[in-house]
Amino acid sequence: MSNLLLFPIIIPLIFATVLMIFPKNLKMQRWIAVIGAASTFVAGLFLLAKVQSDGVQAVTLGSWPAPFGISMVSDMLSVLLVLSSSLITLFVVVYSYSTIGIKREQSYYYPAVLFLMTGVNGAFTTGDIFNLFVFVEVLLMASYALIVHGGEKPQLRESIKYLLVNIISSALFVAAVAFLYSVTGTLNMADLAVKIPEIEATGILTVIAVMFLVVFGFKAAIFPLYFWLPGSYHAPPVPILALFGALLTKVGVYAIMRTYTLFFTMNIGFTHELLAIIAILTILAGCVGALAYFDVKKIIIYNIIIAVGVILFGVSQMNEAGIEGSIFYLIHDMLIKAALFFLVGIVAVLFGTTNLRKMGGLIKTYPVLGWSYLVAAFGLAGIPPLSGFPGKLLIVQGGFEGPQFWGSIVILATSLIVLLSVVRIFIYAFWGEPVETVPLKKSSYYQMFTPTVVLVAITVFFGVGAELFMPFISGAGEVLLNPSIYIDAVLKE
Amino acid sequence: MEIIMSVLIGLLFMAAVYLMLSKSLIRIIIGTGLLSHGAHLLLLTMGGLSGDAPPVVADGVSVADYADPLPQALILTAIVISFAVTSFFLVLAYRAYQELGTDNMDLLRGTEDHE
Repeated sequence: MSNLLLFPIIIPLIFATVLMIFPKNLKMQRWIAVIGAASTFVAGLFLLAKVQSDGVQAVTLGSWPAPFGISMVSDMLSVLLVLSSSLITLFVVVYSYSTIGIKREQSYYYPAVLFLMTGVNGAFTTGDIFNLFVFVEVLLMASYALIVHGGEKPQLRESIKYLLVNIISSALFVAAVAFLYSVTGTLNMADLAVKIPEIEATGILTVIAVMFLVVFGFKAAIFPLYFWLPGSYHAPPVPILALFGALLTKVGVYAIMRTYTLFFTMNIGFTHELLAIIAILTILAGCVGALAYFDVKKIIIYNIIIAVGVILFGVSQMNEAGIEGSIFYLIHDMLIKAALFFLVGIVAVLFGTTNLRKMGGLIKTYPVLGWSYLVAAFGLAGIPPLSGFPGKLLIVQGGFEGPQFWGSIVILATSLIVLLSVVRIFIYAFWGEPVETVPLKKSSYYQMFTPTVVLVAITVFFGVGAELFMPFISGAGEVLLNPSIYIDAVLKE
Repeated sequence: MEIIMSVLIGLLFMAAVYLMLSKSLIRIIIGTGLLSHGAHLLLLTMGGLSGDAPPVVADGVSVADYADPLPQALILTAIVISFAVTSFFLVLAYRAYQELGTDNMDLLRGTEDHE
């Protein structure tokens, strides 16, 4: 069925619309939300099998010939991202049951989560640059609703800044699309990839490429544009934070990956070197923040910024190892960030605070929680059998093969800082003198802990079984490195 | 014509940036309004301002006379999106004023347990 690639977008949209009808019925909200997320995940699995067997899937809406209609394209990279974002949304929905609070659940919380999922899956699947803008707005609109959901004072204060930054970056996105349209006369990504190499004035195209880097850099929180992220992400409750930390910045990273491998390849010497330098600065900026704070949420939030830098450094190298490494690391990072936010969320609930100095001795009362946190922390830092290792290894290898070998050295050195920053949480919260914890019902603890431990197990499996996933990763890398596969799939009819 | 429009758009962007750097929240929101006006006009101008006939099929009009319909559709989409975001932002600002008791961005800094 050729419309299969639209299902991960349509299913959450329909479920979200249905959920709007009866906001007060808690049981129905929970069940329908989890069914919606699960069926999106299943649709993603079918799509993965289809793309694996038949190659890149493309459909042009309304059956108009390719550059004129809106193309939706599913190559291996976008399927993998759709699949992991659907999986994370599923876990976030289950984790929300006991953590988000009944009042929030009854005010359109689950519809907003599913609308966010629609926007994210659409942004990963679209093949049209203006349609990408629209899907980004869909997910941003849902994220505005979620970040202020509940209306506590810090949330109100931080969401003003979040909104303002995103309005500015959206206006810049429109301006960048306008420039690109006036130079090329098309908006379809595959058509752009055909037209841009034919244009001789590469100067203006380089300017537009840097404008797109600024636009997507705001979304992805790269070095000089990450200032909004730590404050904004600290405000909302943990399930929403996990959803944001795992998905939202990754849309920006994906958009940079797509544009910089598919069509902004006319002046690699300038644009990709700029990207590499910015990526390294992003890593360093994230490291400073990750070490500076004694707040569990802040530490993991700064680790988002570090991971964005690592992934973009891999992309900037434009060789097989670098690209494959960044795809692997991107998926690993989505999963592990969600898992870590879940874990520190439980820790914060148990102590009733996010301040590390007021914690201690949790390993005596909650040993399984402690050891799964340690596994997730080692996974984040990239200790060999776990999931952070293969991606980082390939990125470092790509850096040594490319011109920016010093970048690889920075990545290796900062891995130690990443490890230090997350192990510090382990040392302060789990070791030492036991501090009195907030009494918690066994059932609600298990409601939080079950999705968390399953997600940690998935990341372990993703690392240990890396051989199993490598064919998919290299399939995704192949399309990114040979844009002709993508172009042929879209423009063939 | 395009030159004049470009200068106008530049002025709009300038005013928007100036307003968004001010302290009062309502001035910032007015700035975002000007910024989206600038972006929409830019989209129109960059599509080319040639062609007098509106993009509606009619007798006796050759293809060269039509205005480019695509930027108009894009602008229409962008307008409703920025309209929705602006209305959300206005309500948020109202709510924040009620809860926090200020519209001065200087007083909206930091967190409770500021380290």
